[in-house]
Amino acid sequence: MAEIIIHSDKISDPEAAMKLCPFAAIVQENGKLEITAACKMCRLCIKKGPPGAFEMVENIEEEINTADWQGIAVYVEHEEGAVHPVTLELLGKAKELAKKAPQPIYCLFIGKDIKEKAAELLPYGADEIFIYDDPAFEHFRIEPYAAAFADFVEKRHPAIILVGGTTVGRSLAPRIAARFRTGLTADCTSLEIQKDGGLAQIRPAFGGNIMAHIMTPRRRPQFATVRYKIFSMPEPEAKPKGKIIPCKVKAEFLKSAIEVLEIMPKQQVKGIEDAEVIIAAGRGIKKQEDLEMLQELATLLNGELASTRSLIESGWVDPRRQIGLSGRTVKPKLLITCGISGAIQFVAGMKGSEIIMSINTDPEAPIFKTAHYCLIGDLYKIVPELISKIKAAGSAAKFIQNPGA
Amino acid sequence: MRIAVCIKQVPGTSKVEVDPETGVLKRDGVDSKLNPYDLYGLETALQMKQAVPGSTVTAITMGPPQSEEIIREAFMMGADEGVILSDRRFAGSDVLATSWTLAQGLQVSGPFDLIVCGKQTTDGDTAQVGAEVAEFLHVPHLCNVLKIEKLNEKSMIAELDLPQHVQKVRINLPCLVAVEKGIYEPRLPSFRRKLATAERKIRWLKLDDLPDNNEKHYGLNGSPTQVARIFPPESTQIQVTWNQPESEIATRVFELLKERKFLQQAR
Repeated sequence: MAEIIIHSDKISDPEAAMKLCPFAAIVQENGKLEITAACKMCRLCIKKGPPGAFEMVENIEEEINTADWQGIAVYVEHEEGAVHPVTLELLGKAKELAKKAPQPIYCLFIGKDIKEKAAELLPYGADEIFIYDDPAFEHFRIEPYAAAFADFVEKRHPAIILVGGTTVGRSLAPRIAARFRTGLTADCTSLEIQKDGGLAQIRPAFGGNIMAHIMTPRRRPQFATVRYKIFSMPEPEAKPKGKIIPCKVKAEFLKSAIEVLEIMPKQQVKGIEDAEVIIAAGRGIKKQEDLEMLQELATLLNGELASTRSLIESGWVDPRRQIGLSGRTVKPKLLITCGISGAIQFVAGMKGSEIIMSINTDPEAPIFKTAHYCLIGDLYKIVPELISKIKAAGSAAKFIQNPGA
Repeated sequence: MRIAVCIKQVPGTSKVEVDPETGVLKRDGVDSKLNPYDLYGLETALQMKQAVPGSTVTAITMGPPQSEEIIREAFMMGADEGVILSDRRFAGSDVLATSWTLAQGLQVSGPFDLIVCGKQTTDGDTAQVGAEVAEFLHVPHLCNVLKIEKLNEKSMIAELDLPQHVQKVRINLPCLVAVEKGIYEPRLPSFRRKLATAERKIRWLKLDDLPDNNEKHYGLNGSPTQVARIFPPESTQIQVTWNQPESEIATRVFELLKERKFLQQAR
């Protein structure tokens, strides 16, 4: 086993030694220092304690031969055959990784009647797309999907498997990681590869206040889930070289204790608290009709319209859309405030937003103390111009309507 | 029927900082509480107990001896039994080792017809332990459960949150479910039950009490992932001012939205 041993003879101040541990796992019992089950093996006592006082003793299980595992696999996330865009983003990342540590790129696609969909994926860089096409895979059910996934891992021995951090991916990936007794790092925000094929997985820990750099040194495959919109979508290749390989699992593995009764559309009525993008209107809006322009921008960005208290009082906006102390608290990824001065009651309800852009004609407006991007100008000029730019780009390519997490 | 609910004690605050100089975690005390998501798991387990007369609820946790506090809290809400997996040799467990240990504990204290987990914890934040426990126990699982109805000793009907749809399924027991926040309104701990359960015995399990005695499967040794280092995130608190003609501002905003993927394009 791995444990930390205390050499008491090297500790002159036991009180100070106890304080080394952020988890209070070092205690004194009968005048002797001991480590309790609260130990998280963070090894800070070894680093920060008196030299040699704390020692780590390891006894590690046999290692697997990592050279037997090659290739980067991307799990194709889809619902009823519609491929989730996170799949393409992961393929883009797989290509980047394979450039630094050359190896094949695989796709794993499990579903019903998916051959054509698989062909559409070829331009995104996979060398081989393994498809498990069977009526049993019509709906996502954990046991048949896990059986196909495990079959793929056993036969192909990929070194790395990337799965979208969606509700389906986060249900499926741990199941397979456990079956192969390997590591799984959830919600990575950055991935890098070493020359030996080791995957450096970076993710926020403790609510995002700390970043952790995680490795899976002695097990394969190295599993990571990544949320949608973390990586960029690759450009499709004009002449894809990959091929599609049909695969099968034995009928006995397709049994499930789950019967899908109904697929229901999701209620699209979202509150502003759940919105990832919010366009907020304030007193700088001259008349109620002008809100249509902001609503249009919100729709284009797949977001929601909200406002300050003053517009609620004028009856222009639904009270459920009020941000602030007497309204709702919001934490969207993007908040664009339009014509809002930035009263403290409003700021209290939005200061946790990831990106705050504020449009105001007054350079002295208090909102600019909170905003990350201070846009000094007239919203009646900036917003229409922005809308037309987005529309122009949008006519060249179709925008995804809320693919969900 | 027998119902288990997996719970965890988490730090009372998420305000943990790293000293950028030394890379050392800065924590003020070790204030801790029951993982808020587990309140929904506990409430679900108690609702299921009410749905099938004669059922019992067992709250199980892995952690330091102080974890007794959250088992007592579960008693105050109505849980019947408590199990604590506590051993120095569990220290440093990642998702795999944690799931393995919990699954072992569930085997010793089971068998259970239904195992309930919260969606995720607020400290590890991985939302993966439930599915791994189910794999080790060879039972099916459902994640992101929004609603449960028609529970009986053989099966139940559940609604799951998928990225674009809600899937309604019937699932046979035994199984594991990870429930969403808000599936039920968690009840408050009762003072009357606090008094009634103050002396109730909790089952403590050490590594040697588990069916798998191989030390290499627990704690840091049994953890395939290793934290190579921790570091403070790059500060995103920048502030820029764009004071120029409006059409130029609009262009810069457009470019920024594109770069930050707010204009994500479909194939």
